This record gives sequence, C-alpha cells and structure tokens, in this order.
Amino acid sequence: MTGVPPGEPMTVTAGPAGTAAACAAEARGVAEPPPKGGHGEAGLLLQVRGLSTDFAMKKGTVHAVIDVSFSVREGEVLAIVGESGSGKSVAALSVLGLLQPPGRCVAGEVLYKGRDLLKLPKGEMRDIRGNHISMIFQEPMTSLNPVFTIEDQLTESIRLHLKLDRRAAVKRAVEMLRLVGIPSPEKRIKDYPHQMSGGMRQRVMTAMALSCDPDLLIADEPTTALDVTIQAQILALISDLRDKIGMAVILITHDLGVVAETADRVIVMYCGQVVEEATTEQLFERPLHPYTLGLLRSIPTMEDTEATEPLYMIRGMVPNPLHLPRGCAFAPRCDRRRARCAAEQPALIEVEGRKLRCFLFEPGCNQAATALSPESAQAGGAVRRADSEVAP
Amino acid sequence: MSKWDSPVAPGTPPEPASEGLVADETMALGELLPDGSIPEFDETLHEKPENQWLEMWRSLKANRAALVSLIFIAFLALLAVIGPYITPYNPIETNMANALKPPSAQHWFGTDQLGMDIFSRVIAGTRVSLTVGLLAVSIALTVGIILGAVAGYAGGWVDTVIMRVMDMMLSVPSILLAITLMAALGKGIDKAVVAIGLVSIPEYARIVRGSILSIKENDYVAAAHVVGLSDSRIILRHVLPNALSVIIVRATLGISSAVLDTAALGFLGLGVQPPQAEWGDMLGRARGFIFQAPHTLLFPGMAITATVLAFNLLGDGLRDALDPKARIK
Amino acid sequence: MTEPLLQLRHLSKFFVVERSLLGRTISVLKAVDDLSFDIMPGETFGLVGESGCGKTTVGKMLVNLYRPTAGRILYQGTDLTGLPARERRRYCRDIQLIFQDPYASLNPRMTVGDIVAEPIRVNRLLPRDKVDDRVGYLFNAVGLSANYRNRFPHEFSGGQRQRVGIARALAMEPKLIVCDEPVSALDVSVQAQVLNLLAELSVQFGLTYLFIAHGLNVVKHVSDRVGVMYLGRLVEVAPKRDLYRNPLHPYTKALLSAIPVTNPAQRRTRILLEGDVSSPIDPAPGCRFAGRCYAKTGCAGCACDTQLPELVEVSPGHFVACYLHPAVG
Repeated sequence: MTGVPPGEPMTVTAGPAGTAAACAAEARGVAEPPPKGGHGEAGLLLQVRGLSTDFAMKKGTVHAVIDVSFSVREGEVLAIVGESGSGKSVAALSVLGLLQPPGRCVAGEVLYKGRDLLKLPKGEMRDIRGNHISMIFQEPMTSLNPVFTIEDQLTESIRLHLKLDRRAAVKRAVEMLRLVGIPSPEKRIKDYPHQMSGGMRQRVMTAMALSCDPDLLIADEPTTALDVTIQAQILALISDLRDKIGMAVILITHDLGVVAETADRVIVMYCGQVVEEATTEQLFERPLHPYTLGLLRSIPTMEDTEATEPLYMIRGMVPNPLHLPRGCAFAPRCDRRRARCAAEQPALIEVEGRKLRCFLFEPGCNQAATALSPESAQAGGAVRRADSEVAP
Repeated sequence: MSKWDSPVAPGTPPEPASEGLVADETMALGELLPDGSIPEFDETLHEKPENQWLEMWRSLKANRAALVSLIFIAFLALLAVIGPYITPYNPIETNMANALKPPSAQHWFGTDQLGMDIFSRVIAGTRVSLTVGLLAVSIALTVGIILGAVAGYAGGWVDTVIMRVMDMMLSVPSILLAITLMAALGKGIDKAVVAIGLVSIPEYARIVRGSILSIKENDYVAAAHVVGLSDSRIILRHVLPNALSVIIVRATLGISSAVLDTAALGFLGLGVQPPQAEWGDMLGRARGFIFQAPHTLLFPGMAITATVLAFNLLGDGLRDALDPKARIK
Repeated sequence: MTEPLLQLRHLSKFFVVERSLLGRTISVLKAVDDLSFDIMPGETFGLVGESGCGKTTVGKMLVNLYRPTAGRILYQGTDLTGLPARERRRYCRDIQLIFQDPYASLNPRMTVGDIVAEPIRVNRLLPRDKVDDRVGYLFNAVGLSANYRNRFPHEFSGGQRQRVGIARALAMEPKLIVCDEPVSALDVSVQAQVLNLLAELSVQFGLTYLFIAHGLNVVKHVSDRVGVMYLGRLVEVAPKRDLYRNPLHPYTKALLSAIPVTNPAQRRTRILLEGDVSSPIDPAPGCRFAGRCYAKTGCAGCACDTQLPELVEVSPGHFVACYLHPAVG
C-alpha cells in the first residue's frame, strides 16, 4: 500500500478495451528501458541463466535456488529481495563460487563478460573474485579477523591482487578508507576491528571490497545489523560509489524500503524462485505478483495517516524447503489462489516488460475470463483493493 | 478483571480478519480455494511429535562405535550382577601347586602367582570396578552439580569462594590427592570410592558452572523471572535441564576415569584388600611376573582398557547425540 | 483526568564498567539517565532509539530484571522501587514482558503448553483443574490451535514462537505489557501478523503497552504517544501525530529522515548524521547528541556542550530537550 499514494486511483495502463494487439504494443513500449541509456548487449556485465542450487541434506534435497536467471548491466543497482529461505543469499554465493558443501550448483551458467564462471578453474575464479567481483556480508563483526589490524587486512588483499609494494598498498588503503567515509583514516588504519563500531566495520569491509576496483559489488544484507542512521550512511555510500566509480551492485536484502531507496531494478524471490522482476518504479508503483503486493501492504506505512487499521497480513508461513508445495510455492498463502495454482507450477512469463510467475497474468487466463480485461486491469483492480481497504 | 474470568470454550479460535476476496477472477484457474487450506502449522517440519530421548537413541544407534560400546557396557553390567555365580572357579581360592600357569583349556586366562584362576578373577573384578566407578561418579556428580549450580547462578562472592576452593583441588594431581585422602581415611574399597568421588568434584562443579553461566543469559531464564518464579524453581526447571546433556556426557567420561583411578589405587594396594578380586590390584600384584608370565598382567589390563575405552566412546557418541545441532546434519 | 497507570520519575540505571583495586568506581556506563514519562491506561507508548540508547534497559527495570540505580517507578501510585523483594514480585503479575528473540525466549526442554501453564500454576492464579482450559483459551487468543500444546518450541516457526511468548505473558493477566522489539527478529510477512495480534489483544483484554523498537514505522503504526531516546536520555516525547508531522529535536528529524520509504518517487534528501553513536560510557557533559548534531551551530551561545538540556513541554503533550527550541534552557 505504501507503493501507491493513498486516494489516488491506480491508472490502468491498458484500458478495459485493450485487445491482445494493444497489449503487445504496450509491452513493447514499456520494454525495460536500460536505466542508464546507451547500454545494449555490450553493457551487460553479468548474466545468470537457469541457475539451480541444491543442498543435499540427510532428510532430502533442498532446492535452494530453482532456475534463476537475471542480468546486471554496468553501473546498475540490482536488488534481490526475499524473506529468509528465499534463496537470495545462496544465489549470490553460487555466482561467486563460494558455496560450501552440502550446497552444489546443479544447473545453469553465470556469464561474466562472456566467460562462464561456474566452469572456471579455482585459480582463475579467485582472480575474478579479487579483481572483478567483490562481496560484502551482513555481519561486519565476524567478517574481519580480530587479531590483525585494519591495515594488515586491507593491504594484504591490495598487494595480492594489485601487485603493489607495501608503501603503495598502504597509501591505497588509506585512500579507500577515506573514500568510504572513515574520519582520519591514517590513524584508524592502525586499529584492530574490536576498536571500531559496527558501522565503521561495515565501512572497512566495503573499503576492502572496493580496494581492487571491482566492476561488480555483491552486498548481502549490508545494513541489516546496523542502526537506522548508520544504515542511511552506508546506503548513501553505496549509491555514491556507484555514481563515482560506475560500479554495478547486486544488493541482497529483505527490506523493501532499502530497495526503493537504492535500486534500479528488482528481483523478488520466494522459495528459491524468481516470482517477479521489474524496474524499481514499476514494482513499487504497481506490484503485480500477489506475494510482492502482500509484502508491500504488510509494511507499516510512514505516510501521514490517522487511521490505525489492522495491517494487511500474508497468512501462514514460508513452507518447509524440503516439502515445497506441488503447485505455485506461494499458493498456500495466497489470497487469490485457485485450484490450478495448487496443482501446477506457473512459469515465469513476460508482462509489460516485466517478468512474473503467476497464473493470474497468463494470457490464456485472461482470454478465458473475459476478452475485455487484459492482465493490467486485474492488477489495477488488485492495487485498488489495497487502497480501499486501507482508507475506506 | 471480568475479561480474564470467562475463558471461551477451547476450540473457537478468534476469527481471522477476513480479507476482501474478489469473486470476479477468472474461471480458467478453477475455484478459489477456501481459507482453511492456509497452513498455520507446518506439519512437514516434524512428522510426529518427537520425543527427544527417542531422537537421541536414534542418533546414538547410527554411531557404530557408541552402539558397540553400549552393548559391551551392558554386558559388563550383566557380568557384574551374575558374575560371581558363573565363575568356573572360586576367584579367591588359592592353589600354589597350580601357580603361574599359562592359558589352557582348564584355565582360559591362566592362573596367577597364587594359583587363582585369572578368568574367574577378571569376571569377579567387574563388579568392583563398575560399582566403584558408578558410586564415585554419583558422589562427584551430586556434590559437583550443587556447588556448580550455586556458584554459577548466584555469582558474586559465593561463586568466588566455591570456585577458588575447586581451583585449589584441581592444582593437585587428582590421583595424588586421592592417595593422600586414602592415607587419612585408611585402606578399603569403600574409602577408595569416597576418595575418588571427592577428588573429581571440581571437574563437575566447573563444567556445571560453565554451562549454567551461559544458560543463565538466555531470554527464557529472564522470562521465568518475569513471571515470578523462585530462584530454586528456575534452577531446577529451566537451567539444569538445559545443562543435562553436558552433564551426562561428562559423567559417562567420568566413569571411565573413575575405573582407571580405582585400578591405580588397587595397583598401589590401597583399594580392595586381598584376596578380593579387583583389576588394578591384580595388575599390581602380578607386576613382578611380567616377563615370566605376561598373561597375569595381560588379561586384567585388557579388561581395564576395554571398559575405559567403551565408556569413552559412549561418552563421545552421547555428546553428538545430545547436541541438537550435530543431530540435524 | 485519569491517573497514569505508570509514572517513571528520574529513573536511572548505571553500570559500573571498571573499578579500581580498592573498589572505587572508575568508569560508568550510563544506560538510562534521568528518565521521566507517564503511561496512561489503555494507551500504547512507543519508545524508539538506536542500539545502545538504553530502551531495553528501561523495559528490564519495569519487569524487575534490573534494579534502578536511582529514581522511582510509580505503578498506580505505588513506588515499586521502594518495595522489598517479596512484595515487588507481586507486581510481576501486572507488568509483563514480550521478548525480542522468539528463539531464545522459550525453554527448549518444555512443551509450549507447559511454558504457558507454568506461570498460572506457580503463582496459583487458578485452581488446578482450570489451568488446562485457560491454556487452551490463551492459545486460541493468540491464534494458535490448542492441539499444539504438547509440542516443543523448535517445532514452531519464529512467528508462532512469538505467539507462544505472548500467551505466556497473557497468562499472568497483566495490565501493562512491555514489548521489547517484538517483531524485529521476524520475517516481513510475519511481522504484520504479530502486530495485528497485539492490537487485537489490547482491545480484547484492555492492555496497555510500552512498545520498544528501533523501527520508526512500526512504532508509528502501533503507538499513541512516542518517546525518542538517545544515549540514555529522552530527547523528545510527543503524541504520535505531532512527532511525525512536526519533529522538533534534530535527532528525531535525522531518525525520521533515515528510514527508507517504500516509494521510489519519494527518495528524499536525507539528513545524514556524521559518525557513530558515541559511547554511553562516561559521557561528556552537555547534550548527549551534541557530538553528532548538525543544527548546533544554529544555536550560537547555547549550552549544548556544557549542560544537559532538560525535557520541556513546548506545546500540549509535546516535550523536547534541545536548546534550539526557544522554550528550552
């Protein structure tokens, strides 16, 4: 509900008279304009195709990531959103080849500048991780080694990957610390991790990740362990660095607010699958998938409303990964689930230049319902309902 | 207060806020499914209400070494009970004419320097070793749990006093302390039990205190305070049960070291008094014949080793079985 | 004018961080420093602040987990801090706590039914034969099927555990519940379930809440009045609408602007605070926020760095502690 300003009726893109042809034209018209114009296929930095990751457990196999595809353009911030167990972190680890057993990539390819990372030998992969793709993790407490100073840890990776001598490496380390906004970096570089606060540590982690000029930064819940004001600093820093260095970012988070503030494009994951992919504007203006919609409506709004109506709830809970539902994974919790949703798995389809995994938006479904209502009318209806419930 | 006094009949859950479901959705997907199919409890997470002891047993069974050890210990326990009635010879009957005979059909493990049947004596010794082990551990455990729980839970000067005394005891090698105690108490198997029990108190006190210190920090202990429970109830119902697994593992390992200590005291002639059979005592008395008749040392030694090993392996198995994190994997 | 249910007067909690050899205090952590506010019956008072601001400590003092260093807690006019331990415990019944971490706040060795029944049994709130009915009633009230009462906590999801925790608090038939970050450990889709449940229960049982959280949007949703804490001090207290529409303290403004909004069209210019929350150990004199304050220069000649500002009522119900406001200082 936060995505739609209250009281303002949803503008339905294709009117009720829309035909299939009009729909198609519409889809072409909206087709994902690259966020920073001028990127063609050449601007593609990372392409993930059909990635699947399994965890072989004693009690069965957990399909943590199921046939996930996405791409990242140069200089783009792509957000992957999902709750715990959605597979968002596992997907990132798979991309970087950092999976620990019993996790295993069982299918798919990860093309980085045309090379498939999943097929690279270990040494080359390390080179990629050091010089091209970096990652920062959620927990800044445990990601730094407590027995070495910041200087030791920063210069180690700089010297290794950039082949600099000691003095140059230290100079660069100080530079990086200054870049991420650590005051008096010449002094702080001698500190041990425990002498720094959580926010400072996250900055150091970021500095470390950035020290080798990566083209792509993967940030896994970089602000979850931090306070709101510190979170704001780190998010501003990431956006700022993107603008300054032109680095692409994959931002993994459960917080839709963080997504709205920083991302260009969003992938919503549920139970290992991509359920919706859209630009940030599209997603927050008009969330289509019932799960995305539910998530957005269940967040308490910051807008100036007097009423304290009950929040919208997605009922039930995330299913056990060992026993995923036979049909749509979200069907058991969905308000609009139909017999077919429980029986069959929906495919990821393209609708108006965005991707969706839901039967409600399949063309066949619409034709069968009424020739007059294209998918957008339904979606509009759904959003409108959200409004009328919040402020009747 | 009336709102609290009228329990609605159980089975009438409060109506979930009804969501405005739209009826005009497509027919292609079939009927709108009823609300009842929204799972509120994930039955698949655990197929049936599980008993954690059952689960532990299952995990223990999967560990072959622990299982074999358990069977061996059960066998020892059986021997301890019925052993004295099934020995082929009287274990304390001497026969000097038949001394230091090697193993044979008549004397499976041979005879010792006094002509006593070693097989019979090893069986008879089982009862002494196991009883001493169990009793000594019981003493140490009881006192250790009380001291450790009080020290860990109360903290402050109580903790300091108790733990400094424990540290002092730990600073002397335990067998030396036991010997000193025996010197004061006198010889005899009952005194050996007390001595071994007393010297192993600090280990238990320490381990109990440590786990209580960490359990005490849990929110559920704070929650117990908040709902007004007394300290003793909190220790007994909320803290100790959660320390149980650590204590059980430690006690199992403790039995093996008590068996070893008993043997050591016996070896030094401080435990059972002759002619009663005890493994350590048998070793001690036969040590002069190690080259002439090695079997006199071999069989009691093997009995000690096997028993100690069995308790150690069982303890290790229990540690894994009782750790829910290790179990899930 | 109704009597406040709870009045905090100059409440402080200091922790000694370091003592000299002779026991003299060297360094003090001022977790809560001179806090005063009222909670009216039936209202929800939200307390927000970042980690380390002392909001949890306030909650723990109310439920008797911490003893205040100074100040008074007046509950329905009775000063709880002056009561002897036994009498103090009786007020446990009226003031209950819901914990942040649903995984740590339930004893893993007890069934959820026992967890909820224990407070009733131990405090003899009901005759023995009525306890079972009440537990079933409470389970239904928090939206759990009473059939699950024989299950263990690890069989439940986070949201369901939080419901069990709420049922345990309700078992004491409290008037005031301190909710310490009750949803921050839960998944987004489950947070709404728990927030709605809390709202329903407050109507059903006439509860008053002290709602402690760091998420300003959550606090905004549930609260009638909100207090903002920074390093142990209240910097602003106001009715919800006043606070969110017209924040007066620079810290409140920064906090409000730091919250990510789920509307990309509204990517506002944020007030980015420099640096980190400074340490509450041996704080410098002056306003606690002075070190990070971006508005201080607009207040030339103010005592920001030398003297703590007091909380002053600047409009009906709206209190602020900042020299920038003409009514303060």
